[in-house]
Amino acid sequence: MTANDVVSVPDLRGHFGKFGGRFVPEALMAALDELDEAFRKASVDPSFLKQLRDLQVNYTGRPSPITEAKRFAEHAGGATILLKREDLNHTGSHKINNVLGQGLLTQRMGKTRVIAETGAGQHGVATATVAALLGLECVVYMGEEDTKRQALNVARMKLLGATVVPVTIGSRTLKDAINEAMRDWVANVETTHYMLGTVAGPAPFPEMVRDFHRIIGDESREQMLSRYGRLPDVVAACVGGGSNAIGIFTAFIGDADVRLLGLEAGGDGIETGRHASTIVGGAVGVLHGARSYIMQDDDGQTIESHSISAGLDYPSVGPEHAYLADIGRAEYRSVTDVEAMNAFKLLCETEGIIPAIETAHALAGAIEIGKELGEGAIILINLSGRGDKDVETAAKYFGMNI
Amino acid sequence: MSLLHDAFARAKSENRAALIAYLPAGYPTEDGAVECITAMVEGGVDIVEIGFPYSDPVMDGPTIQDAVNISLEGGTKSATVINTVKRVADLGVPALVMSYWNPIERYGVDSFATDFHAAGGVGVITPDLTPEEADDWILATNSHDVDRVFLVALSSSDERIAKVANATTGFIYAGAVMGVTGARTSISDAIEGLVAKVRRHSDLPVAVGLGVSTPEQAHEIAQYADGVIVGSAFVTAIKKDGAAGAKALAQALSKGLAR
Ligand SMILES: Cc1ncc(COP(=O)(O)O)c(C=O)c1O
Repeated sequence: MTANDVVSVPDLRGHFGKFGGRFVPEALMAALDELDEAFRKASVDPSFLKQLRDLQVNYTGRPSPITEAKRFAEHAGGATILLKREDLNHTGSHKINNVLGQGLLTQRMGKTRVIAETGAGQHGVATATVAALLGLECVVYMGEEDTKRQALNVARMKLLGATVVPVTIGSRTLKDAINEAMRDWVANVETTHYMLGTVAGPAPFPEMVRDFHRIIGDESREQMLSRYGRLPDVVAACVGGGSNAIGIFTAFIGDADVRLLGLEAGGDGIETGRHASTIVGGAVGVLHGARSYIMQDDDGQTIESHSISAGLDYPSVGPEHAYLADIGRAEYRSVTDVEAMNAFKLLCETEGIIPAIETAHALAGAIEIGKELGEGAIILINLSGRGDKDVETAAKYFGMNI
Repeated sequence: MSLLHDAFARAKSENRAALIAYLPAGYPTEDGAVECITAMVEGGVDIVEIGFPYSDPVMDGPTIQDAVNISLEGGTKSATVINTVKRVADLGVPALVMSYWNPIERYGVDSFATDFHAAGGVGVITPDLTPEEADDWILATNSHDVDRVFLVALSSSDERIAKVANATTGFIYAGAVMGVTGARTSISDAIEGLVAKVRRHSDLPVAVGLGVSTPEQAHEIAQYADGVIVGSAFVTAIKKDGAAGAKALAQALSKGLAR
């Protein structure tokens, strides 16, 4: 059996088991149908695939290498720690994989304007980048709170010619940015494509965004086999909406011996209620167009999530992760702000790599599971992004004067 | 037949459209909402839509978002909504709830239909639930005698209109603009065509809402639709002049309903 046989394919209405689907205003149904059709046609169109491949190689710089983190591994029970370097992609994170695909689809649908939500700003930067490359108008919605903690990325988006709209309602973070983007989309759907930045939202987004990111895992699987002659014991990634995680998981889903580990943001700790661990600490519900695990109160109102990491500060999660958790194929754990920041510093000081704070959650999870498994185990971590955008937050956190 | 059916039939016999008003439960307060709705009914409102306040109202513009925030900050719960339905039904008008899907799913789909019916409610409008995802809801509303109102949009294909028309009971809600709730200065000409398309698939009354705020717009819509739905304009009137503002707006809109 090859890995590809076991990819969890959603049903015709985009359900992964009981999760996913489409819970959207009727006004968006036509646009989702149009997108679905464009995506399915493009997926089997050699000229689309060639164009995408060319950009992946010559613009993004793929394939991204795998780096062995030897000094870091000394702190992880002596397990072998391998880093899939998505931080080395153009724009500094995995997010570019998805927007290149959606950007080309936007052109194929004859639309001239793209909108996006962003938390950490990485997806916003990637969207603004592709909009510049393809000559599309670009508006990015970003919670006001996040525009402050990720000011560098706001400046990058503006330099790239995008309009950044700070969202001042609700919790002023990623969830509210998505609400605003959906409102824009309903009103401008004829000219506008909504470049959703993760594997959440209504069908076909979870499946489509996964397919644009699965190159991370496809490359990794090949690199593992050719360099190490075997697959890793564990594949670990941080989970906000879940795009970098599903991207690296997908190629390994059929390999029953490979453990898939998703690390959610634990904020101050699950027990405090101030966290963003929707699978570990949430309940089944509907948010932003899909059924998944969400953070909600007894009345079905969304509870604000909390995390030091803007990119993980989201009260829902992609429906395929909810499904993988339910069937037991993937395991999800929670990592607190403190644990993540310790891992952040450790990677800086042992490997000379400054990771994104989002990614630091995966590193912390890998330290834990490395200690559980010990020497001989191989742990492959998706290093989803670099930490330039987080320098100010980190400096403040560690009490440095800059 | 049902109270809802009667309200449309009465309007028709008076050669006018029915006036349907929206207000979130708990806005400006729980009692204040009931007081305002009472005034709206005195002013000529035929059918009342009680909004179920929700933290993530993606179909709503700033006016209703603000009202909903005030309501939630004031402590509105599911029980507040059911209680408001009961108090409005006691006025003798058809009471509907307009709710995003998650609060109903969280309440329990069957429990919500049961309690809503027991409170005297007649129908529920679900703006982010399409018939494709509504299997449980269709069962629950059928078994508890609750009308379920789905929406059609200017972008809906003929095929989708047929699907929505099939799944809907009570009346069909036609969205007048592509966009969120909130007053607009002009209503698209395309809405008349949408209503005509709906009529090819259904004998149910068709009501037009989203963006409608003035007697002039109500008059235009009344020429081809069975109901005119107004929401944000009531919130704005109440913010300014309380129950008196709500009543005055209902009276003014009522004058626009004649054919
Ligand atoms: C570097 C990085 N990793 C991870 C994430 C989380 O997103 P996802 O869970 O979709 O990979 C973000 C989001 O902004 C990010 O910037």
